[in-house]
Amino acid sequence: MKSCRDVHRLVSEGQDRQLSFAERLSVRVHLMLCTACRCFDRQMDFLRQAFRNFPGE
Amino acid sequence: MIDTDLQKSLRKIRPTLLRFAMLQLRNEAAAEDVVQETLLAALEGKSAFSGRSQFKTWVVSILRNKIVDHLRRGAREGSLPLVDEQGDEDFDALFDGTGHWQEPPGDWGDPAAVIEQRGFYEILELCMKALPENVARVFTMREVLGFETEEICKELKMSSSNCWVVLYRARMRLRECLQMRWFGAR
Repeated sequence: MKSCRDVHRLVSEGQDRQLSFAERLSVRVHLMLCTACRCFDRQMDFLRQAFRNFPGE
Repeated sequence: MIDTDLQKSLRKIRPTLLRFAMLQLRNEAAAEDVVQETLLAALEGKSAFSGRSQFKTWVVSILRNKIVDHLRRGAREGSLPLVDEQGDEDFDALFDGTGHWQEPPGDWGDPAAVIEQRGFYEILELCMKALPENVARVFTMREVLGFETEEICKELKMSSSNCWVVLYRARMRLRECLQMRWFGAR
């Protein structure tokens, strides 16, 4: 199984390129089992949403 | 909106536009230029503003397009500084020997609610300013201006993998900065 160190890189890269099927699968399985990486994944979504709304109202 | 109101609103919004442009272009003269063009376009295109969307949203969307044009032009003329391919910064220290988080990331809550909070974007701006110029350019092209990654790589003459690494570094730094200055501070 991939480590948190591997998975967090793939989470970031997943915002910039289409991950392979195997990569997507391993990320999904890891996220189901790991609270810390799930939080990281949500933090990355958070950044994306915050910058899409930049510079705020 | 009648003309004088429009002019007043544009004058009021100008500093915000300049800050927005500066963050992405990191060059005062260039930022002044795109803001001038934006104000002109807003005055000329005022009939296009339906009043349905927020005025600021409308002007910022014009500015975005001007910045995109500017970056594309810069890339064509080769005047955008190349992104440093090197950089020994890594985030391995965040993980222990077995690849687990030393300090597990926390729950930041609902983005939609947090970004509404007063002062949030000031902190985000601070964090943006702390990024190295080249990293910030790649990141804002991707996340603020919505370029596809492939186009950024092409325009800035970077390899795809280098592009991903730079974007990754930007996110890691911004995350660290927000954690410390926003989430950690409340």
